[in-house]
Amino acid sequence: MAEYRLIAPLKDDDVVKLKIGDKVLLSGIVYTARDAAHKRLIELLDKNENPPFEIKGSVIYYVGPTPPRPGKVIGAAGPTTAVRMDAYAPRLMKEGMKGMIAKGKRNDSVKKAMMEYRVVYFGATGGAGALINRCIKKAEVVAFEDLGPEAIRKLEIEDFPLIVVGDSFGGDLYIGGRMKWEKKE
Amino acid sequence: MRTINSKEITEAVIRLAIQKAYEIGDDILKGFDWALTNEKSETGREILQQLKENAKIAAEGVVPYCQDTGMAVLFVEVGQDLRIEGDLEEALNEGIRRAYVDGFLRKSVYKDPIRRVNTGDNTPAIIHYSIVKGDQLKITFGAKGGGSENMSRLSMLKPSDGIEGVKNFVIETVSIGGANACPPLVVGVGIGGNFEKCAILAKKAALRSFQVRNQDPFYAEIEEELKEKCNALGVGPMGLGGTVTVLGVNIEVFPCHLVALPVAVNINCHAARHGEIIL
Repeated sequence: MAEYRLIAPLKDDDVVKLKIGDKVLLSGIVYTARDAAHKRLIELLDKNENPPFEIKGSVIYYVGPTPPRPGKVIGAAGPTTAVRMDAYAPRLMKEGMKGMIAKGKRNDSVKKAMMEYRVVYFGATGGAGALINRCIKKAEVVAFEDLGPEAIRKLEIEDFPLIVVGDSFGGDLYIGGRMKWEKKE
Repeated sequence: MRTINSKEITEAVIRLAIQKAYEIGDDILKGFDWALTNEKSETGREILQQLKENAKIAAEGVVPYCQDTGMAVLFVEVGQDLRIEGDLEEALNEGIRRAYVDGFLRKSVYKDPIRRVNTGDNTPAIIHYSIVKGDQLKITFGAKGGGSENMSRLSMLKPSDGIEGVKNFVIETVSIGGANACPPLVVGVGIGGNFEKCAILAKKAALRSFQVRNQDPFYAEIEEELKEKCNALGVGPMGLGGTVTVLGVNIEVFPCHLVALPVAVNINCHAARHGEIIL
């Protein structure tokens, strides 16, 4: 298990060196999107309209933060469960998305697309909303403001602690990690 | 007859709901320390350390513990000798509304399950009332996260499935959904009653401190056994593998029909926010 510091947006070279279990401190720019925002993004792409941010190279963080207190950048901002975005993720990978940050297992079509398009899936610590807040230096809504916590935000992050839970070779830490520790009767 | 003003109820709910979003309970903090001594995976221990650090930052009162500050669940026990001035249900919902707006908490409630527009103030709360003896009002509050709720299950077992059937269903539920529910988990199990009663029992169990065992030694022992078996699954902190998947398993039971053996498993994440007030 290696440790890396990476800067988003990501390139193929960044992605292919990562293996499940690797630790990454991620800095740079990521975009937030959850269920409703994904649905709208795909609708835009289907209509050949421009998405509100450059999808090529992008890292998308599945998060719906709490509102910031006055003078603060953002509220608690831990990851949400990834499986709800499985229906949309392969399409975004086809458009050039290079990374996803969330928590929880992915389905086979997502894992297959990650191999095909060279994409990495980072796990952030679920429920660590206050801790992750400290890694977020700037936040601005770039689309779908009406969705409130589900709007798309551009985040400037610094040393966001992540674990590679899905790599571009089909590795899945939710399977591999558990196999190592499961006690057979 | 004792009288209480509904405004007093609202104020108490506001204080409780805001406090619980920022200060994770002592039971969970002790659970993290127990988990750190029992977790064999290095990654698992690192995650547990992050969760302890997260709890410390949140307790400063600026950023909530988790961004999913939950849908509010209230168990309200109304003493039959208590008179409430004003609208009780509106007082409770007003408490939730003001806590979530004034406390900078996330509004996670949709007006309609299909048409999906946010109510904007995290109301309505899900409220379970019961009328009890005495002249007090007891409110048990839970801020229930949606991700762990999604991993919960219910089954109408056959009486012949017996206690082994119940245990298998609990373990299977943690095995299937545990990784997605932000472990280490608190698992609430409802056994008996009927279809809806066992789900409510499971919720009650999920909002109980996992350090408190069922008063019936028969079920207390099963709670301990299930905790051990769930932790043998290898799911681990955040599902990345390890020896601590659950902090505890809580069981609540109720009499049931002679043909029935309903069982419900309500999964709670490590952000098992619960508290109670007595007015």
